[in-house]
Amino acid sequence: MKAQASAEEKTAAKTGADLLVEALIGQGVDTLFGYPGGAVLPIYDAIYRAEGSFDHVLPRHEQGAIHAAEGYARVSGRAGVVIGTSGPGATNLVTGIADAMMDSIPLVIFTGQVAKGVIGTDAFQESDIMGITTPITKHNYQVQQIEDLPRVVKEAFHIATTGRPGPVVVDIPKDISSTACLEDVSDEFHLPGYQPNLKPNPLQINKLHEALVEAKKPVVLAGSGVIHAGASEELRTFIRNYQLPVTTTLLGLGSYPGSDPLSLGMAGMHGTYSANMALYECDLLINIGSRFDDRLTGNLKYFAPNATIAHVDIDPAEIGKNLPTQIPIVSDAKAALSSLNSKPVKGLDHKGWMDSIEKNKLDYPLWHEQSEGEIAPQWLLQKVYEYTEGKAVVTTDVGQHQMWAAQYYHFDEPNRWVTSGGLGTMGYGFPAAIGAQLADRDSTCVAVVGDGGFQMTLQELSVLQERRLPVKVLIVNNQSLGMVRQWQEKFYSERYSQSIIDTQPDFVKLAESYQIPGYKIETQEQLLEMLPQVLTDDQPAVIDCRVLKKENVYPMIAPGKGLHEMIGVKR
Amino acid sequence: MKRIVTAIVHNRSGVLNRVTGLLAKRQFNIESISVGRTETEGVSKMTFVVDVEDDRKLEQLTKQLNKQIDVLKVSDITDKAIVARELAMVKVISNPQIRSEIQGIIEPFRAAIIDVSKESVTVQVTGKSDKVDALIDLLRPYGIKELARTGLTAFTRGHQPQVAEFKSYSLLK
Repeated sequence: MKAQASAEEKTAAKTGADLLVEALIGQGVDTLFGYPGGAVLPIYDAIYRAEGSFDHVLPRHEQGAIHAAEGYARVSGRAGVVIGTSGPGATNLVTGIADAMMDSIPLVIFTGQVAKGVIGTDAFQESDIMGITTPITKHNYQVQQIEDLPRVVKEAFHIATTGRPGPVVVDIPKDISSTACLEDVSDEFHLPGYQPNLKPNPLQINKLHEALVEAKKPVVLAGSGVIHAGASEELRTFIRNYQLPVTTTLLGLGSYPGSDPLSLGMAGMHGTYSANMALYECDLLINIGSRFDDRLTGNLKYFAPNATIAHVDIDPAEIGKNLPTQIPIVSDAKAALSSLNSKPVKGLDHKGWMDSIEKNKLDYPLWHEQSEGEIAPQWLLQKVYEYTEGKAVVTTDVGQHQMWAAQYYHFDEPNRWVTSGGLGTMGYGFPAAIGAQLADRDSTCVAVVGDGGFQMTLQELSVLQERRLPVKVLIVNNQSLGMVRQWQEKFYSERYSQSIIDTQPDFVKLAESYQIPGYKIETQEQLLEMLPQVLTDDQPAVIDCRVLKKENVYPMIAPGKGLHEMIGVKR
Repeated sequence: MKRIVTAIVHNRSGVLNRVTGLLAKRQFNIESISVGRTETEGVSKMTFVVDVEDDRKLEQLTKQLNKQIDVLKVSDITDKAIVARELAMVKVISNPQIRSEIQGIIEPFRAAIIDVSKESVTVQVTGKSDKVDALIDLLRPYGIKELARTGLTAFTRGHQPQVAEFKSYSLLK
């Protein structure tokens, strides 16, 4: 009798979905980004019953949910949590999962699945999300037994947030989430196949230190690994101690203060002349947490051809993947930098080098055309930087506007810059800004988007309307897919195939239909008059800013060329 | 260059897919793959023969495999002292007249006839891949109806020669 009664108590108490909700609370999750559907009905019921435990953000498309979660993760430094239903719900998440994988964003994604008994029968809203996401996740799980659920959730968060972060998918069949758990469950786990190495090998640190004090032309390349490790402070100390020039990758912006005199700005395809030439001419390249992406290196043959290459990365597979590395250091960036900082500081003999870098900075700064009355997009971004005092969280899509934001917004702090780097996802910026704003309610959050990208995910204006989230959507509107058009201009003899899109909605009216203030800015005068106020009030806003249509991003390294072969370096 | 790589993995559903998918995604050519359980419950061993361009690609292969959470250990055992075996079954066209001839061919290979019918015999051979290749070449003129190979499986010998034990011999010295 007694045993039966206790079993009934448990039945009443916990379904698989309840265990999931408990596990999420146990992980300290307070914000969920998700969209309900058939296979996650039990989960949504449990969320409903756990009222007050979570702020559930309902986007209007699953892609909006996952990009918002990415923005949230990027700014908060915690895992973004996403829920989607089976089949189309899950497949709509795929772009965001791939994006998070490329940019090492910690996400835990829960997808519903049809009941175990009908998996493999092409049931309604069934998709093989395990098969689909295996190559684009750090790891994925399909929960086979209800008792496994708490452990799987705990493992998923552990894997997503430690080592090199990344997305983890947990696929939950409907019968697992709906039936009661009668067994005692434990969330203890042991992952013998996953033991990230966090501490650097002291011998390699010594080697790097020796190379550094000998170097005549050293340069530091900081990637997003510095930001993930929370190592900006250590990086500043390191740079200050040795007075090193430092450049960052696209995703590494903010890891070192962009307005600091030792900062060369971003390197790579659209990086600054001084940064790219420093990488080309250096004799010691210290890469901390960058993966030597092709957009950074250009033609590998001409990348740092005379340099000793030191590479600090938490992921051993990144070391030596693209470039032979003389000083490999598998470590968390923070631990490696701390260890380096504990070595005796010795002044470097690199005055000549620093002078030549300084000369490059002065002789070849970023430049752009300025026409009468019309708005140059670069100038627009400069103004955004001024009006937000360099303190805003800036999110972008991919393309020209992204590069201009990267060039002209000088991030002084980490976790302010939210962009789709590796995957280059259009439609990322706006939903990411929603997540970013939720993670940091006090900061101004500007979604710098293209007119093309914004139209891919603009349905999320509903979320701004619903919550009065003061996200500022700044459409850098050139009525074209600017980067595609630029490449067609340069490499396809100006055959603008499908890249000029002059049919657009009236963005102001569109915003107003969501009860969001909409602004159209067409002249420099209007910009100077309206933008400061719009960017600093506490209301959401959609700003349709018309910019010069045929502006190109410079400097530029053409595909297949080396870092020293930049074009458009001078007016 | 051909390399023999072994991976100790958790015996979980989808693990084979993870590993082969990973190799395909990174454009590694798998020549053969064999999987089976090991002495430890819940743990399987995969043996791959892969064709890689150079050492850097090989290093990537082992590192990428190691990153998989279900992969416990990856070893490139090509240059170790190893035992490596593969099993092949070959169905050869043969009438009773040439059956003994085939018997004579396979004998030095220590292969065995494991099935006989009016028109064919099935030969089973075990050994290193080149030995299996050699036997297949010899049987080919008779007409091979069907051929199945397991792919190589391998592990290191109980005793590994120390570096000092390696000597280079040359006929010119």
